[in-house]
Amino acid sequence: MKIKDIVNIINGKVVCGKEQMETDIQRGFASDLMSDVLTLDTDNILLITGLANLQAIRTAEMSDITCIIFARNKKVTQEMVYLATENQMVLIECACSVFKTAGELYKAGIKPVF
Amino acid sequence: MIMHFEYDIEGGDFSKAGNVSSLLKKTLKQLVGNHKIVKRVVVAMYEAEVNVVAHAYSGKVIIDIDIDKISIYLKDKGPGIEDIEQAMQDGYSTASEQVREMGFGAGMGLSNIKNNADEFLLNSEVGVGTELKIVAYLKNL
Repeated sequence: MKIKDIVNIINGKVVCGKEQMETDIQRGFASDLMSDVLTLDTDNILLITGLANLQAIRTAEMSDITCIIFARNKKVTQEMVYLATENQMVLIECACSVFKTAGELYKAGIKPVF
Repeated sequence: MIMHFEYDIEGGDFSKAGNVSSLLKKTLKQLVGNHKIVKRVVVAMYEAEVNVVAHAYSGKVIIDIDIDKISIYLKDKGPGIEDIEQAMQDGYSTASEQVREMGFGAGMGLSNIKNNADEFLLNSEVGVGTELKIVAYLKNL
């Protein structure tokens, strides 16, 4: 599914990475625990989290995750945008809960990692 | 040896946690074609770097990149680990509330490092500090 379609489904706001809206993503993972994210060896996934801090961006960088959705109305900081832009990531803010965000995307065809 | 790096890590400063891992990733992406190996090494490095920031006062990282392997040595000054066997168990953690707010501190870091390393050696002295050696082989190149 293209990132632009993901944004539409969750009614999200793209904070940075607007030039990557045509990128295709197949699978998703939801966690606030970054150590859990770091155990994954699946490529090309999106991360749904309520953890809005620099470590979420660093974790995504190490895990080759290029798209992060910040659910529960969490706001992305300028520092996060700077680091994400340096690593060509897409950051999306979303007012829904992690549960609803994941549910809507699953319904639309995004597959789980496991 | 192809490359040798040394970096300092500041304990308690989460704004910089991951800086060394990020530099390592950028370097390895240029040198190592197999991205699965790069990911394993940087995930291990990142968990180890977060551990130093979370638990120690200060630390030093030495990274040696050879033709056939990458060796990472971390040495920190800090409280040390009382019982390494216990610390290696999934779910055991002495992390502070601040560390948990950063998305870590669930007692997964050390086993995550071990799972991503071909060699893993952990030594610690209570009240002095901790030493960790991680080696990843580049056998699949």
